Amino acid sequence: MTPWERFVDAFFNREVIVQYLPAIGKGVVVTIELAVLVVISGIALGFLLVVLRAYRVAPVNAVIVVFVDVFRALPPLVLILLLYFGLPNIDVTLSGFAVVWLTLTLVLGAFAEEIFWAGVLSVEKGQWQAARSTGLGFGQTLFYVILPQAVRMTVPPLTNRTIAITKNTALGTVVGVGEILNQATTAQSFSGNASPLTVAAIAFLLIFVPVVYAGRWIETRFAWRKG
Amino acid sequence: MDGSVSSVPRSLPSDAGRPAEAVLQISDLHMAFGDLEVLKGIDLSVAEQELVFIIGPSGSGKSTLLRCCNRLEEPNKGTIIVDGEEITAPKANLNKLRQRIGMVFQSFNLYPHLTAQANVTLALRKVAGKSRIEAREIALAALDRVGLSDKSDSYPNELSGGQQQRVAIARSLALQPRVMLFDEPTSALDPELVGDVLNVMQDMKEGGMTMLVVSHEMRFAMNAADQVVFMDRGVIVEQGTPDRIFKHPEHQRTRDFLGKVAH
Repeated sequence: MTPWERFVDAFFNREVIVQYLPAIGKGVVVTIELAVLVVISGIALGFLLVVLRAYRVAPVNAVIVVFVDVFRALPPLVLILLLYFGLPNIDVTLSGFAVVWLTLTLVLGAFAEEIFWAGVLSVEKGQWQAARSTGLGFGQTLFYVILPQAVRMTVPPLTNRTIAITKNTALGTVVGVGEILNQATTAQSFSGNASPLTVAAIAFLLIFVPVVYAGRWIETRFAWRKG
Repeated sequence: MDGSVSSVPRSLPSDAGRPAEAVLQISDLHMAFGDLEVLKGIDLSVAEQELVFIIGPSGSGKSTLLRCCNRLEEPNKGTIIVDGEEITAPKANLNKLRQRIGMVFQSFNLYPHLTAQANVTLALRKVAGKSRIEAREIALAALDRVGLSDKSDSYPNELSGGQQQRVAIARSLALQPRVMLFDEPTSALDPELVGDVLNVMQDMKEGGMTMLVVSHEMRFAMNAADQVVFMDRGVIVEQGTPDRIFKHPEHQRTRDFLGKVAH
């Protein structure tokens, strides 16, 4: 075999690809399910936390700040392993899927809260004053005046962070979640060939490149010139 | 007021001993930021349909005084009564009382994510409880009053500074306040846009709105104000008709200030 043929055989072996494509297809479904769930629950958690934080109740805010710092600092893999192998010792058994979902939700929630909070702080004080001077209450001002502006301003960093965290669904492979990478590594060890991993890489691109573009679209859609 | 008998009564007959119903009554108001005393006992009353104009050097406490009137700032001591209700009372229903006090800011503070019309309807819907249709009608009427009925669907960033400020006035006006506070409404405007805003204010004055204005537009004060108040270092130095304050000021501090701002 020429070096080129060896390369093609190692990474693009047609026979292996055809054989394991259905399994990787199943993995794609799992990855997408997990990713969608993480994005929804993570951003919802971040939004909930920033609303709580806006009320500036000192003890509540202290808890939020600690939570956010801890989950931003911890590598998600550590949390996944800790929950997956630790919880059964206290008779709580979560599936690998649930553990990865929970971990990434907490991590995305922490980052999203921090990003939203920066947005809330960057809304001019005059906006609060104008709204309150017309008789709007604190909560009304927050929901109708402040958060719509804060969220808009935070779309670009939030999109980037969401993509970065959602990619971590691949960590599910270490706790037996049948997502793309898990299916591919299984196929790789059965076949002794790296082609399933190539397919996995392409599958991840097919999923996340559109997400990157969607993010860019959302950014332009929500961008508005400041007066 | 002048005490002459006019053919049209300017307000309903008032209680004996009170020359005119005070819409805004400020008594012995004190306010400090930490150790810095900003207001040192202010007494001021604004009667129905009166335009009271506050002048004074920066840092004299003018803006703080206005902000105390709807409790955007918390005074340390003293009372403010708006339309018979004490807004400085600890249990005052601020959200309700603030509807009676319109406020116009130096920096407009329009909501940038909402159209001109939505800027006006927000409080009408959420605070005054108007239906969508009612709020829309009131908003269009208010925008028409400030000469911007054709801009109702524009976003603030599509409007000039003068137009933004007029939308901000419409936003306050739509709630039918008993008194309007103006905090340097033309200071952030290009000179050629100042006139539009002052015209709207003049029009409001003629329509019978009670107004308390902090501004440096002395010529406007000369023409439109009933009373001019000169403030310096947290106290009211003197107060009187525009003619008296601008042409015959009694205090040296007033003369110094007017000398500096005269063109």
